[in-house]
Amino acid sequence: MDIIVCIKRVPQTAEADVTIDSSGKDIEKDRLSFDMNESDSYALEEAVLLKEKFGGTITVISLGYKDTEDTLRIALAKGADNAIRIKAEDFELLDGFKTAQILKSSISDLNYDLIFTGCIATDDAYSQVGVALAELLNIPHASLVINIDTSEERAHVHRELEGGLMEHLDISLPALCTIQTGINEPRYASLIAIRRAAKKEIKIIGQEEIEKENLLVNTQIEELFIPPKTKEVEILTGTPGESAGKLAAIFKEKGLC
Amino acid sequence: MNFELTNDQKMLQTEVRKFAENELAPLAPEIDVSGEFPKESIKKCAELGLLGIFVPEKYGGSEFDYVSLAIAIEEISRACASTGIIVAVNNSLCAYPIMQFGTEEQKQKYLPLLCSGEKIGAIGITEPNAGSDVAAMETTAVLEGDHYILNGTKRFITNAGEAGIFVVFAYTDKELKHKGMSAFIVDRESPGFSLGNHEDLMGIRATANCELIYEDCKIPKENLLGEEGQGFYICMNTLDVSRIDIGAQAVGISQSALDEAVKYSKERVAFGRPICKFEMIQNMLAEMATQIHAARLIVYYAGWCKDKGMKRFSKEAAMAKYYAANISVDVTRKAVQIFGGYGYSKDYTVERLYRDAKILELYEGTSEIQKVVIAGELVK
Amino acid sequence: MILSEKHLKFREKVREFADNVVAPRAKDLDLNSEFPYDLVKKMGEMELYGLFVPKKYGGAGLDTLSYAIAVEEISRACGSTGIFFAAHSSLAVTPIYQAGNESQKQKWLIPLAKGEKIGSFGLTEPNSGSDASATETIVKLVEDEYIINGIKCFITSGHVADIIVFTATKDPSLHYHGISAFVVEKGTPGFIHGKKEDKMGLRGSITSELIFEDCKIPKENLLGNEGDGFKIFMQTLDSGRISIGALALGIAQGAFDYAVKFVKSNTISGKPLYKHQSIQSTIAEIGTEIEAARLLIYQAAELKDAGKPLTKVAAMGKYYASLIGMKATNTAIELHGMLGLTNKYPVERFIRDEKLMEIGEGTSEIQKIVIARQILGK
Repeated sequence: MDIIVCIKRVPQTAEADVTIDSSGKDIEKDRLSFDMNESDSYALEEAVLLKEKFGGTITVISLGYKDTEDTLRIALAKGADNAIRIKAEDFELLDGFKTAQILKSSISDLNYDLIFTGCIATDDAYSQVGVALAELLNIPHASLVINIDTSEERAHVHRELEGGLMEHLDISLPALCTIQTGINEPRYASLIAIRRAAKKEIKIIGQEEIEKENLLVNTQIEELFIPPKTKEVEILTGTPGESAGKLAAIFKEKGLC
Repeated sequence: MNFELTNDQKMLQTEVRKFAENELAPLAPEIDVSGEFPKESIKKCAELGLLGIFVPEKYGGSEFDYVSLAIAIEEISRACASTGIIVAVNNSLCAYPIMQFGTEEQKQKYLPLLCSGEKIGAIGITEPNAGSDVAAMETTAVLEGDHYILNGTKRFITNAGEAGIFVVFAYTDKELKHKGMSAFIVDRESPGFSLGNHEDLMGIRATANCELIYEDCKIPKENLLGEEGQGFYICMNTLDVSRIDIGAQAVGISQSALDEAVKYSKERVAFGRPICKFEMIQNMLAEMATQIHAARLIVYYAGWCKDKGMKRFSKEAAMAKYYAANISVDVTRKAVQIFGGYGYSKDYTVERLYRDAKILELYEGTSEIQKVVIAGELVK
Repeated sequence: MILSEKHLKFREKVREFADNVVAPRAKDLDLNSEFPYDLVKKMGEMELYGLFVPKKYGGAGLDTLSYAIAVEEISRACGSTGIFFAAHSSLAVTPIYQAGNESQKQKWLIPLAKGEKIGSFGLTEPNSGSDASATETIVKLVEDEYIINGIKCFITSGHVADIIVFTATKDPSLHYHGISAFVVEKGTPGFIHGKKEDKMGLRGSITSELIFEDCKIPKENLLGNEGDGFKIFMQTLDSGRISIGALALGIAQGAFDYAVKFVKSNTISGKPLYKHQSIQSTIAEIGTEIEAARLLIYQAAELKDAGKPLTKVAAMGKYYASLIGMKATNTAIELHGMLGLTNKYPVERFIRDEKLMEIGEGTSEIQKIVIARQILGK
């Protein structure tokens, strides 16, 4: 079973103080640390588990600058066999759709039974690339996948829906799944695997190898901003009786009771 | 001059940091209180290959270099100082002397056990009456037929309570002074070996630190490490490597203290402002960050010296250990200051870090001994 | 300065008590986090509590210098007992002695000075540590009673105290001007014991949270006038700094004594430790620093007794004694080597105890601000 996993290197913003850069369209990234997008690491782990079961190869692919190779190497250390970086320097104005087109152009010649992506990137939260890529490749897809049971020809997948619902799909291969976090427990790369991965070659696809003229861009970022703080916090002082009274008055004023 | 880590070092740093944050840090407060040896964590470290970082792959190791050793120990210690020293001792104080001075049979027998975590390693140098003055040790080994008979007591042995393999130093000929000292590989199961008191320590409380007691302990002749009389040399050579570890541990503990202090100083409000806006606090944070940066460089440099195959890097190793331990005690002290009263409470991490840091100035040669080593190399 | 015959005799008496009665208890108190009720009683029998309080209020009619000497000597034997002693006989006693009216003195000062009741002082709050004016404990006068709501934390002896002096504000937006000082007695309805802190050191002393929930205290429990609170506790803290300085000094001296004993009775490389010059150098440094700290603290005590401004010297004494105290306890461990880290030797307890001295009653950073202001005149 040959699997392609699309991964993205993203800044770790969960505990960082985020500021907007001078262009007004991106965040300041100099002081942030980067890592593989969270759901992508689950997608990779799922691929490795299937490879351990069925054999085959895993190819990880990512679109990005040179430092993306660090993330691809970690993927190699965790069980991927081949890694491809599509040089991001050559592309301007990337939205989800354009990213999918570029990915399509660089993987349409590859053999695959399954393509995995993460279900959402933590930096732009588009959740588009996987679905758009499946459509461009003209293969079936399932999003928000939380369980996969596959044979050589078909896959049974569970999709996680709102309200605790689960959907069971039967899809034919080749297919694309966008993987939800929690589907497995991603492993850590062992030191030996890291050492081997460090020496592996990463294939680089540049401008000339992608059909550039037909790439479309659907959306454009106008502005990125931190919403102004609204003064909604009020600390009520006084005895418990007094503050309860003040609280009740506020509820009344806002029409909550 | 190149300050950039290599690809594999960078990846190791990323991966070990993530592993330590997710798997080791959550247990650190608990094992500090209970003093319980973190067996499960050590098993996980073994799976990643952290128990034989520089040991060749053919003996089950990960075959990394010594800068990587420093990086790994730093990252583990940043999450949990106890786990950091357990791993460090297994690597540098037990696997290292066997790898460096062992026969092919010894390497094949013992290194895979140490790398896989099947047996934990420890080293027996210190004695009740021989701490900094290694040559004052009283343990003796007498050859009788096919066996050496060991008699003596070792004290303050990290990992001892859980270890299966010990590298132990004893006099085969006391008359020859330190030229009469020899090293042995001793299995836990050896007849005549028993564990003594468990030490109740101020910091690094989960490290199974115990006494080793040898009473007519019989060990096979082939467990002699190196040659008779080579013990002191093996000991000093091994300590050079382990000083890289202690330095790295100091950097990790300090970094953790700085991380905590920075975070807290942004949250805590006094006199109407977050305390990070006060110059007095900024002053401390700036000093801490600079101290840690310098310590990290001096520690990595000692690892680099070893990687370059420098025959003697005692001075560099001693400087790394001395400096990093020194700043670590100061950095954790400042972190507690920034936390104020909360820093004195066991509810906050910095309280533990402060206690964990103190031992850095003591074990594997006190700061005073490091200075003697450094000065000795200077005026030699 | 040279101690008078009277002070020397007094020191001898306290030292003997500390060595023979307090020191043997120190290890267990630390290990079991046990409050030393027995020592509390014995210190009362020794008439140590009201040292600078006049005899008519149950005190000994001595002076602040005697008090500083007593704190130092007791802390030399046991930090936990030392901090209890200081919190009781300075922090709780001083505001009542200085700001209380005659009937308040009769009611509270006498039993405190005699050691019949245990005293404590509640200033720190979760959001008001070094910044004491940020108090959020609210007081409201309703007819003849004050109603108190709020939380105090890190209060030495909080849970065992019978008489607690504390601060509260009638309106936080008034900052300093809104704060008043009061006394609450144990058992008052609405006065609740919160959690007990698990601390690095001073484990034989009790550090606790005190909670006021609609706690009603009589109008007569106000110390001084409304709005005097800030002034009262600033004065109390000036003498409190003498206490913490003397504690830091005593702990440093205690650790240093053990270290000196150790280097005299142990050898390395066949030579007694003390014969190594590097060890002599350390011993000389620490010995000098302790003596310098002692002079600062004794001077602060003398200034207090002379009724002269002591803010600068008291802050210097506290800052310097805790600074060199950390160095002295740290070095004491180093001179013991690995043995120093085990609880079979007392020095690891001393360093854990000493650490609070850089934090309690104004961190060293705050002391430096106070000192700088005094020097700069701003």
